Amino acid sequence: MKFSENWLRSWANPALDTDGLGHQLTMAGLEVEAQEAAAPTFNNVVVAEVLEVVKHPNADRLNVCQVNVGEAAPITIVCGASNVAVGVKVPCARIGAVLPGDFKIKQAKVRNVESFGMLCSAKELGLAEESQGLWLLPADAPVGTTIRAYLDLDDTLYTLKLTPNRSDCLGIAGLAREVAAITGCAITPVVAAPVADSVPDTLPVTVSAAACGLYCGRVVRGVNAAAATPDWMVRRLERSGIRSISAVVDITNYVLLELGQPMHAFDLARLSGGITVRPAAAGEKLELLNGQTVELNPDYLLIADDARALALAGIMGGAGSGVETTTTDVFLEAAWFDPNAIAGKARSFGLNTDSSFRFERGVDFVATRAAMERATQLLLDICGGAVGPISEVRGELPQRAPILLRTSRVKRVLGIDLSVQQIEGILDRLRFRFALQGADFLVTPPSYRFDLGIEADLIEELARIHGYDNIPALPPQGQLSMLPVSESLRPLRRLRQLLVSRDYQETVSYAFLEADVERDLCGNSAPVTLQNPIASQFSVMRSSLLGGLVGALRVNLSRRQPRVRLFESGACFAAVDGSYTQTERLAGLCYGSIQPEQWGAAARSVDFYDAKGDVEALFAPRSLCFVAATHPASHPGRSAQIFLGEQAIGWIGEIHPQWQQQYDLPQAAVWFEVELAALLSGSVTRASDVSRFPPVRRDLAVVVDESVALDSLLDELRAVRTEYVVGVELFDVYRGKGLENGKKSLAFRVLLQDTQKTLTDAEIERDVGQLLVALQSCGAQLRG
Amino acid sequence: MQALQTILDDALAVFAATNDAAALEQAKARYLGREGSLTALLKGLGKLSVEERPAAGARINVIKQQIEAALNARRDAIQQQALQLKLAAESLDVTLPGRGLAAGGLHPVTRTLERIETLFHSIGFDVADGPEIETDFYNFTALNIPENHPARAMHDTFYIDAKHVLRTHTSPIQVRYMQAHIEKFGNEATMPDIRIIAPGRVYRVDSDATHSPMFHQVEGLWIGEQVSFANLKGVVQDFLQRYFERDDLTVRFRPSFFPFTEPSAEMDMSWGDGWLEIGGCGMVHPNVLKHVNIDSEKYLGFAFGLGVERLAMLRYGVNDLRQFYEGDLRFLKQFN
Repeated sequence: MKFSENWLRSWANPALDTDGLGHQLTMAGLEVEAQEAAAPTFNNVVVAEVLEVVKHPNADRLNVCQVNVGEAAPITIVCGASNVAVGVKVPCARIGAVLPGDFKIKQAKVRNVESFGMLCSAKELGLAEESQGLWLLPADAPVGTTIRAYLDLDDTLYTLKLTPNRSDCLGIAGLAREVAAITGCAITPVVAAPVADSVPDTLPVTVSAAACGLYCGRVVRGVNAAAATPDWMVRRLERSGIRSISAVVDITNYVLLELGQPMHAFDLARLSGGITVRPAAAGEKLELLNGQTVELNPDYLLIADDARALALAGIMGGAGSGVETTTTDVFLEAAWFDPNAIAGKARSFGLNTDSSFRFERGVDFVATRAAMERATQLLLDICGGAVGPISEVRGELPQRAPILLRTSRVKRVLGIDLSVQQIEGILDRLRFRFALQGADFLVTPPSYRFDLGIEADLIEELARIHGYDNIPALPPQGQLSMLPVSESLRPLRRLRQLLVSRDYQETVSYAFLEADVERDLCGNSAPVTLQNPIASQFSVMRSSLLGGLVGALRVNLSRRQPRVRLFESGACFAAVDGSYTQTERLAGLCYGSIQPEQWGAAARSVDFYDAKGDVEALFAPRSLCFVAATHPASHPGRSAQIFLGEQAIGWIGEIHPQWQQQYDLPQAAVWFEVELAALLSGSVTRASDVSRFPPVRRDLAVVVDESVALDSLLDELRAVRTEYVVGVELFDVYRGKGLENGKKSLAFRVLLQDTQKTLTDAEIERDVGQLLVALQSCGAQLRG
Repeated sequence: MQALQTILDDALAVFAATNDAAALEQAKARYLGREGSLTALLKGLGKLSVEERPAAGARINVIKQQIEAALNARRDAIQQQALQLKLAAESLDVTLPGRGLAAGGLHPVTRTLERIETLFHSIGFDVADGPEIETDFYNFTALNIPENHPARAMHDTFYIDAKHVLRTHTSPIQVRYMQAHIEKFGNEATMPDIRIIAPGRVYRVDSDATHSPMFHQVEGLWIGEQVSFANLKGVVQDFLQRYFERDDLTVRFRPSFFPFTEPSAEMDMSWGDGWLEIGGCGMVHPNVLKHVNIDSEKYLGFAFGLGVERLAMLRYGVNDLRQFYEGDLRFLKQFN
């Protein structure tokens, strides 16, 4: 809502300066989004009349003019504009004037002729981007008056960011009411007295839609539709952001801005028969004023005559029935439509009109007839004509049921003590009708307030007028009880910290990305897709965090970062039978050398086992199982699915060489992704006794085929029921000299211990022997 | 006895001139060894008379002890000397950089969220969460925003299908939490207070230096029997002062409109010479409570929503919101 301060002040003029008024509006919930001067600063410029134009004796292109500036004697001004002529009225900057751009007007000799000021163009006054020659003012411009006063330039344009509940402030009248309530100032409303009808003409009006609660129509005959819109009206429209079109249209727009009531004017000659307000028929079409043709259904309301649809009710007029400059007879319309019937309708056609904006928020149905009278008065003043009686059809209008407002509840909700007298005072300032019932109030909301339905709404009004600033910030009171903290859950915070201490940097990526990335890296050809993405590279929801990590890796490579280690946690999405799953995951990606380049350690690129170590550390002390399996993102021979017990909880792998090439990664990257739920779960420790007897270590080295997976041997070893073995760990893998091709040597450390005694050699050898047998049963040979 | 003194003087001189452990042992043999001069004197005692023997023996022993003492002292000295040389040879350039992994770091938004959670936790707020693909019902309807309500236009919503959206705010978590709370405590005469914050990602169709299509909010909710608008102001002000570690920071409430709160307010925070908008808040709308079967006569509550990136930007002096989501290590590592 944009409007002129001066217009508002003609209705309500509080003792506040421009900034003060803006601040008060903001603090009352009508946020001033912008506040700009109507014109740039300049002074000492008056309306002048050119009395005489004589060629400059020393310059071809200059004229020496005698100019009447409203003083006893004319002044001499040398002027170079080609459109200067005897009799024109133009702005004249007097000596001492300062024009925009700090341009000071001084007495000057122009080629030996004294000049006592400057005749101005609109551009020189900062009122136009471009202008040609002097600004020719209307013939009736009063000579000697300052231009600022004549054009009402000392004005400010406020732009309010109105919240949807305050439709009552979508007009100067409503704003004035609000300013009066906030500041306590008086209101001087413009009230148009009803015009007595001078012609009997009416159009029959039929309302066959419950959503039209009120319809007023009036015939005005003999109108001069080509009349010029008065400057003051053009100015007020323009300062509200509305372009002047023609007198009749301007008048309807003016009433809309002044009273908040949308209006429409039809060319009576283009109507046939009576007016009907009715639901559209299914498939009915209407060409709107903007040239757009819309296809309707019974959810939409139409204004129609006997022959055709004329207008989309509450939204926009139709083509071919509006007023043109040749129009002589007008049918004026002011109606009230139920917000629920209009809400969303304009938007369904990509429209948002001044009319729909107001109707879907609520228009004051009590002011509809007054708006008709106001428009009539302006029409007669500007275009002339003879008016017929108002045809009014009343349907069902909103009830304004009284609301109980309890003083005690006010205190409970706001936390401050407002006395009965204070509440009464505020309700008075708001001009709400109320009845006192003991300490409580029965308040009837005004017709223009569509946002007041329950007690809480009234309490907000009290708080607003009392001033939110006057409500103290009080510490809360509540029962003290401790929050549950589950020790068996491992907080995400700790897991993040663990990765941080392993040199991973956390990133946050958009949860939407390019469909191709999902397909490439996740093999996901049916991702969750946005209907209205901001761009095609953000069109689908991620099913994995990997895409975001690869994206961040690429950003860093393009910025010459040689070593990138990232992690992210967040939701991943999938569509399952018409609903959506959202799984929280944690993922990491490493690229480049395992350590930052340094003097004291040999450089080595990060590999699968580095990342595996990180994953194992995340889950420790629980152990995971890694099963070779292929993943679309990974090198098929360097990829594993991760299991916690029986449950598959993630993936680890090296990026597939194909993607490495496609995504311009000079080296291979290693990634992992695990389910957060699996990571977070844990258990509370149950301690067991620690043996006081020293452990015994025996090493076992065996030779196996290259293709044998370690886990197959470990599984076999774990299945052996030995008496004293407490741990078997792989500590070396050897290939090369001394071994056949295609063979590898695996060395195990076997720890044996008893809680009751020191072990004898025989006991040790028996257990180790059992392990060896198990290994040999898998084809392993003891290494000599 | 001249001989004894000569042996002693000679031994002391020889030991002092020896700088090497092996040479010292050889020198020792010249006096105390089997063929040593002192050993020879001791052997010669047998030739003396029984009367002379004790005194002579004692004299020789005194000298022997003196030689042994000198020998030990020299041994220690040589050992010390060798140790010093060894230590000197082993000394390091302690200014060389330490070895091993560097440390990574948390994303500034995570740091901010953790800080927010810690502060609210300290006055008993629990953390709740909810889905990011939200149903139209939870994102709008349950929050008193019926279909076609103009307030829906305030949210530039990403749609998945007719019934699902990317949540435009964290407020749906309120509703879900209240439902669960009522399920748990609905039958009790008085249910315990609800006191939660709900941090999370939210989505709006908007992108420029100050708007990101994805950003983070923290929703706060307190429902109880004694919760007022003044308390809301108190909690928010307390939080901002603690978050920015500035006791002089004040919060300003301006009337506003959210369908799910009444009264509603925009929260501004004093910053420099002016005010900065940091979120919206209000008393939970009775219709929202009604939706989840909470008696709005008995219980009331407040809710607020804070922009996490906004807080992070102010706290850390970040100017362009988009930097948070680019993943540029040079930007991220500043917060480590």
